[in-house]
Amino acid sequence: MENVNEMTLEFSAKSENELFARGVIGCFLIRLNPSIAEIADVKTAVSEAVTNSIVHGYKRGNGTVKIYAKTEGRTLHINVSDNGVGIEDLSKALEPFYTTKPEEERSGMGFTIMKSFMDEVNVISSAESGTQVYMKKTFNSDEKQV
Amino acid sequence: MEIRYKLLGKELFLLVSGELDEHSALGAKEILDKVISLNASADRVVFDLSGLSFMDSTGVGLLIGRYKKLRQYSIPAYIKGASASAERVIELAGLYGIMPKY
Repeated sequence: MENVNEMTLEFSAKSENELFARGVIGCFLIRLNPSIAEIADVKTAVSEAVTNSIVHGYKRGNGTVKIYAKTEGRTLHINVSDNGVGIEDLSKALEPFYTTKPEEERSGMGFTIMKSFMDEVNVISSAESGTQVYMKKTFNSDEKQV
Repeated sequence: MEIRYKLLGKELFLLVSGELDEHSALGAKEILDKVISLNASADRVVFDLSGLSFMDSTGVGLLIGRYKKLRQYSIPAYIKGASASAERVIELAGLYGIMPKY
């Protein structure tokens, strides 16, 4: 029977909470003794998803972002969701360097980074229900923290 | 997130430290652009990222934006001191192709 742990975090879709969200997910993972690189990967992927909700989902207006995370043995499942406007063209959004906001100096690399740093990324989005980004990563290292 | 700079001869070093994300990027952009315009006679600009404890794709957008601005002044840009994790983001975006390692 795999050791299972889960948490749900819901917070205002404000830029200042990007740091907060990274901190929470980092703390949640510590128990699994991931490597420094693995923690950095997850924090970066979560930062990308949360930023997308704030900047694109709610266009920096009011809203809440929800992060659900579950660990099963050494596998992490994360769902970052919002009730924002949804992604109009998902296949374009997933393309590297594609952005709907080039004037804001956005790199368009958010999903590319999520897909590169996590083992699996699935996105469900609609104008009615907002966007959900599901990500999964299995930690390989056996590095012990002292 | 903190920005410091130093001019050594004709080389302008821009030291970015702390966490660089969407929240801190806007303020960083304004300060960096101001420092660059006050030192537009520099031969080259080096972004020193050794103090950065976090960087995501917003940092990539910020650096590309500064690169474009520097190109207007014909000043080449370089990156130094990226941590292992910042480097993964930089390499994924191909940034060293336009801003080589110093």
